[in-house]
Amino acid sequence: MLKLRQLILLLACAVSSIAYAHNPFEFETPVTPVAEETLHVHDLFLGIIGVLFVLSVMILFYALYKHRKSRGYQPASFTGPHGRKQWLFAILPFLALVFIDFVVMGIPAYHAAVAMANTQEDAQLVIKVTGSQWKWQYEYPDQGLKFYSNLSTPPDELQGRAPKGEHYLLEVDHPLVLPVGEKVRILLASTDVIHAWWVPPFGVKQDAVPGFLRETWVKIDKPGVYRGQCAELCGVGHAYMPIVVEAKNQTDFQQWLAQAKAAQAAEAVASQKSNFTRAELLAMGKKVFDTNCAACHQANGLGIAGVFPPIAAGKPFSATPTLLADLTARGFYENGKIVLGPIKNHLGIVLHGVPGTSMPAFGAQLSDAEIAAVVTYERNSFGNQTGDLVEPTEAKIRRAAP
Amino acid sequence: MNPAIAHDEHHDQPPRGLARWLFTTNHKDIGLLYLIFGLTMFLVGGLLAMLIRVELFEPGLQILKPELYNQLITLHGLVMVFAALMPVTTGLANYLIPLMIGAPDMALPRLNNWGFWLLTPAALLLLAPFGLELMGIGNGPIDTGWTIYAPLSVQSGLGVDFAILAVLLLGASSLLSSINIIVTIFNMRTPGMRLMKMPIFVWSWLMTAFLLVAVFPVLVGGAAMLLADRHFGTSFFSAAGGGDPVLWQHLFWFFGHPEVYILLLPTAGILPHILSTFARKPIYGYRAQVYSYWAIGVLSVIVWAHHMFTSGMPLGAQLYFMYSTMAISIPVAVLFFCWIGTLWRGAITFETPMLFAIGYIVLFGLGGLTGLVLADAVADQQYHNTYFLVAHFHYTLFGGPIMGVIAAAYFYLPKITGRMYNERIGQWHFWLTMIGFNITFMSQFFVGLAGMPRRVPDYALQFADLNMMSSLGAFILGASQLLFVYNIVTTWRGTRDKVTDRVWEGAQGLEFTVSSPPPYHTFTEQPVVA
Repeated sequence: MLKLRQLILLLACAVSSIAYAHNPFEFETPVTPVAEETLHVHDLFLGIIGVLFVLSVMILFYALYKHRKSRGYQPASFTGPHGRKQWLFAILPFLALVFIDFVVMGIPAYHAAVAMANTQEDAQLVIKVTGSQWKWQYEYPDQGLKFYSNLSTPPDELQGRAPKGEHYLLEVDHPLVLPVGEKVRILLASTDVIHAWWVPPFGVKQDAVPGFLRETWVKIDKPGVYRGQCAELCGVGHAYMPIVVEAKNQTDFQQWLAQAKAAQAAEAVASQKSNFTRAELLAMGKKVFDTNCAACHQANGLGIAGVFPPIAAGKPFSATPTLLADLTARGFYENGKIVLGPIKNHLGIVLHGVPGTSMPAFGAQLSDAEIAAVVTYERNSFGNQTGDLVEPTEAKIRRAAP
Repeated sequence: MNPAIAHDEHHDQPPRGLARWLFTTNHKDIGLLYLIFGLTMFLVGGLLAMLIRVELFEPGLQILKPELYNQLITLHGLVMVFAALMPVTTGLANYLIPLMIGAPDMALPRLNNWGFWLLTPAALLLLAPFGLELMGIGNGPIDTGWTIYAPLSVQSGLGVDFAILAVLLLGASSLLSSINIIVTIFNMRTPGMRLMKMPIFVWSWLMTAFLLVAVFPVLVGGAAMLLADRHFGTSFFSAAGGGDPVLWQHLFWFFGHPEVYILLLPTAGILPHILSTFARKPIYGYRAQVYSYWAIGVLSVIVWAHHMFTSGMPLGAQLYFMYSTMAISIPVAVLFFCWIGTLWRGAITFETPMLFAIGYIVLFGLGGLTGLVLADAVADQQYHNTYFLVAHFHYTLFGGPIMGVIAAAYFYLPKITGRMYNERIGQWHFWLTMIGFNITFMSQFFVGLAGMPRRVPDYALQFADLNMMSSLGAFILGASQLLFVYNIVTTWRGTRDKVTDRVWEGAQGLEFTVSSPPPYHTFTEQPVVA
């Protein structure tokens, strides 16, 4: 027999685990009216189909148990309902199903759809979200703020060389910051293929279709950090472009906005600077490389055989004839091996990409300083020892001539 | 004189060797070719799934790069749908329909041969880019997901071109078969077999064939447009040129949704045969089920955009597609009611085909009910492209059609081979399949609700436990199919007990009046049906 103390301890454990445990039949905790409505509808629907399923299985199993040859049951020979009672028995379930479908489920679903479609009324803030392969860009058009949001999980964790952090694959360098309690209208666009912006606690998922603007809206109930992922297959980096939203109360949000704009202005000024030291270039370059290039070219610069070229001179590489011909023309490929071509062409590859291959153009996303830094870093790492230092002005000049 | 009889006197024995199988116009031979091809591709598709689940066993990338992962998930889908399930249901149609209606063969036997032999090059085209990659040409097979969404598919490598050509060939094959089936059913039923008296499996294939003829050309057209966008400078799916990426989705899903009913209906039609046999009771609600097939067929063609609820749909369209999708639950419920009605107050025994038929009812029921949940346009934002969706379609596609063709295989294997399969191994196959399947895919419902998107080779840490459980279930499920292959092969070898014409105590139908195995040519004289 348990002593009283042991019993209390046991109960406390049980209660606390229930308090912390999330209901596996439900989504993540909703923080917007749409998400709450959706969760309510989900619970209702799941409950109904659960009852329908259990009922049907019970009837089925009753027959399997009772109406068995081994129990000596003699088979009947009816092929349909006979008599009024049986016809009622047959028709009633279908009337019930029609009622369940179109009234019990259909009416709440209607209201949710109408609410969801109302993206513009009373919107107090407009955000533009642009999906690219493989990152998001967030823009506050009315505030003149714009920045990219990249996965910030370190390559070492991705490659299995370091233990995975708590927010593995769900962390970014620049989260989207939104105010609490305000209706935010979200416009979605894409620069290349279809992506989808999904944040489960918000209950919204909407495709970002290239060439079109889609919209949705959120009104976040409470401050916090909310995470989601891209939800439309968009190529090799599909699993690596998460969404992180920091919801702040009004005061904190205004404060953040002012800071962000100031930082943006400062960075614009800084990228005009032209006399970076070697150390500064290498440090900035490594940061840019790890965030933007390592996903394909790998943190050690060795690339992936047959697909992503190594950035190390002297390493062998083989791929489609188109890619090899292009690299040769630019001076980066010779006799089956990668070589380091002229700086001008190196900048060209990073700024404008390589059309017809998976190498995107980074000119829009990176400043002249960042471009110059990453090229410097590449030409002085992975075994390369060119000693080249590339200044932002060179990137600026190359930017103008694709 | 019946031309079939004159023919029969010259060719009662099939030719030997490879020539027999290359040039055969015999519906049983061709049916077997389809069935063996389909079973082989089912194992290939299953192997792809095992690789996927090995990678997803733990967070992190263990054995697959993202490029290869995307190729494997795409091929898994395309192979299972087009190279495994469709050929198997077509094989059942070819073998059984002439037997069931008392016809000597299909109406167009040579067309039948061409229909099959288009399949092998199509399957090779899908997989060939692997080989080309090894030779340094291209980056491997298609990697866009089986839904081949533009603009990703416009951008992707030559694997997409091979897949488009494979789809064109597969479409041609399906269309030829469908035409053959429709013509056979309308023209070659033995006298006395009015339409509303023919076996219900024949009805289900008639509906399937109509659907195929209606919708496969749309996929073929869309695939041609994709090929044009990729290589001939058109902009059907590119906004920059005046087109719309979502157009691909409409074209694909206009085919894609009826396609799932094309996959489902044949086994929905074979199920009453099996249930009736092992309950020793006539089919309940024959007319109701036939009308339901029609209702399902018609409805299936007008609900496609419930796959596109997050693509930016206006409110009116959301409401329409939501309500019309929910309406499909009604004819499907009729089918369930009639299946249970067939069992009710029967004298049931539990041979392997019956076990799989019961499993079908339970698993497809669960899968179908979760379809109602997904039909809600707003709630779908939380389910779409998550593992909740993956679980839904595996419960419906495996739980329904795959369990159904396995049930049909056990049911007809003695008829086809003349020998009884090993019942004990069959029972093991069933129970391991049920256990493995439910562990695999029930976990996926929960991991989807927890927030895991689909088509990802790696995932956040909170999804780890459920993924590991799903992978373990998958290994059980995959391994247990080997029991099935073993049973089929050893039964074929012909060392076990012979069976009678009737095979099963409660079996009805013309196919159970001929010998087991049937003669090469059957019903050279038309049977008399009351």
